Amino acid sequence: MEYLLDHYKNPRNYGSLQNPDITHEEGNPSCGDVIRIDLKITDNKVQKVKFTGKGCAISQAAASILTDMIVDKDVDYIKEINKDDMLSALGVTLSPVRYKCGLLALKVLRSGVHGIKNWPGEEE
Amino acid sequence: MEKHKVALESLDPYRIRNDFPIFERKIRGKPLIYFDNAATSQKPKSIIEVEKRFYEETNANIHRAVHTLSYESTVLYEESHKKVANFIGAKNWREIIFTRNATESINLVAYGWGLHNLRKGDEVLITIMEHHSNIVPWQMLRDQKGITLKILDIDDEGRLKLDELPRLISERTKLVSVIHASNVLGTVNPVRHVINEAKKVGALVLVDAAQSIPHIPVNVTELGCDFLVASGHKMLGPTGTGFLYGRYEILNEMEPFLYGGDMIETVTIEKSTWNELPWKYEAGTPNIAGGIGLGAAVDYLNRIGVEKIFKHEREIVGYSLERMSDFPWIELYGPRGNDRVGVVLFNISGVHPHDVAGILDEEGIAVRSGHHCAQPLMRRLGMDIAVRASFYLYNTKEEVDKFVEVLREVRRLF
Ligand SMILES: Cc1ncc(COP(=O)(O)O)c(C=O)c1O
Repeated sequence: MEYLLDHYKNPRNYGSLQNPDITHEEGNPSCGDVIRIDLKITDNKVQKVKFTGKGCAISQAAASILTDMIVDKDVDYIKEINKDDMLSALGVTLSPVRYKCGLLALKVLRSGVHGIKNWPGEEE
Repeated sequence: MEKHKVALESLDPYRIRNDFPIFERKIRGKPLIYFDNAATSQKPKSIIEVEKRFYEETNANIHRAVHTLSYESTVLYEESHKKVANFIGAKNWREIIFTRNATESINLVAYGWGLHNLRKGDEVLITIMEHHSNIVPWQMLRDQKGITLKILDIDDEGRLKLDELPRLISERTKLVSVIHASNVLGTVNPVRHVINEAKKVGALVLVDAAQSIPHIPVNVTELGCDFLVASGHKMLGPTGTGFLYGRYEILNEMEPFLYGGDMIETVTIEKSTWNELPWKYEAGTPNIAGGIGLGAAVDYLNRIGVEKIFKHEREIVGYSLERMSDFPWIELYGPRGNDRVGVVLFNISGVHPHDVAGILDEEGIAVRSGHHCAQPLMRRLGMDIAVRASFYLYNTKEEVDKFVEVLREVRRLF
């Protein structure tokens, strides 16, 4: 909890990029959470990443934690981060109704970078 | 209502809790504190038993067969309509139509009455305080029939601006559809006044009593409304139950909403005629066990006394408001007066409502966070979402204390 709240109160990589190579925004309409991620990609690597957003502590802290996870990583690495990786990176056990909050940032990232709209095993 | 009543004895929520098996449930090892009663109420054992017994001893379809079980089921199901009729002061039990929920009841009026009686240029008046269920069906009629939807506003405290009524109601007004008690603010609206104004121009009135019927005594004959809708599941009854009250003459004239079995008298390939009330509006096999359970819920409420329940809730809501207003970081919405049911809407400064609800849940406290199916009202109040605690007969001040303690913990964490 403390870890998550620290990321919420002092978000890492918060803000926007000047000339991002990729910028993507999505939200959870049911609760109003929104996250936008800007990326600068060089040699297929995430050179810089910034996010902005509004919503609950979980959705915003998850964006902070996730952006930290991908700096300097190969863009293909993003595809490999699955739901469980994301949820366990939060450092708390979420109740299933909050999964959507915890997964929003990853959804925005997968969709923005690779155009992947669905989670594995979930069809359109 | 009797005028010279001796002071009402208080109800004992601790004794009442014993009737509700769910309170044996632990949430993460903690006792359940259920403050989401505006969404649906918990169910007493007696009602669960009535449904169970029906399936074990009586189960059969109604109105269909000469055999004993079918006869008994029919009697029980009709009996339940009579209980609901008595409960709300309807003169004739045939004025009670069982539905799945309040939403279906409103749709029944929109389709059965509105679609056939409203014309381009006619007006339906609702308020900004409505639940989506009392907005969207009228938007459907606006789009299909070209009627105009008029909206009565609220003041900053969350009370209807009654002085604007004369300007909004005219000869063109054919229906006024108004929420009795707000599921968001707890405000109890002076529907009697609204009905009187509507009657002056001959408009019909629908009262959305989903949040009043479970909590305050309501009498349709005294009110003089034409329609009234409620949810059985918010008044201790089974899920999948609700009802519509409609004045006999109007229901008799109206067109059916759903067509098919049980709602017909005769069918030839050319033409069909409709069954008598209320079956004309209860097409197909209804929720028989649920309907019988709803009758048992009415019995339970009568046994306790709705006035006592209202008094108890006022105490709980008064106590909550008093405790919560000690903290400047709690924003409270809604009127401060006594004209409200057991609903408290609030936010904690700087904390997202879902996080507040999430932390309360960690401690076994069930509240609702969101827009509460009333987005226009929330927008009018200048917010997107908020936390709602809503009480019922089994809630205690001790639970409120625990709740306030957790709110302080939320504040400390953030
Ligand atoms: C005022 C009001 N009207 C209508 C409804 C809809 O009730 P139901 O869900 O039973 O259709 C609700 C329930 O939330 C309500 O609070």
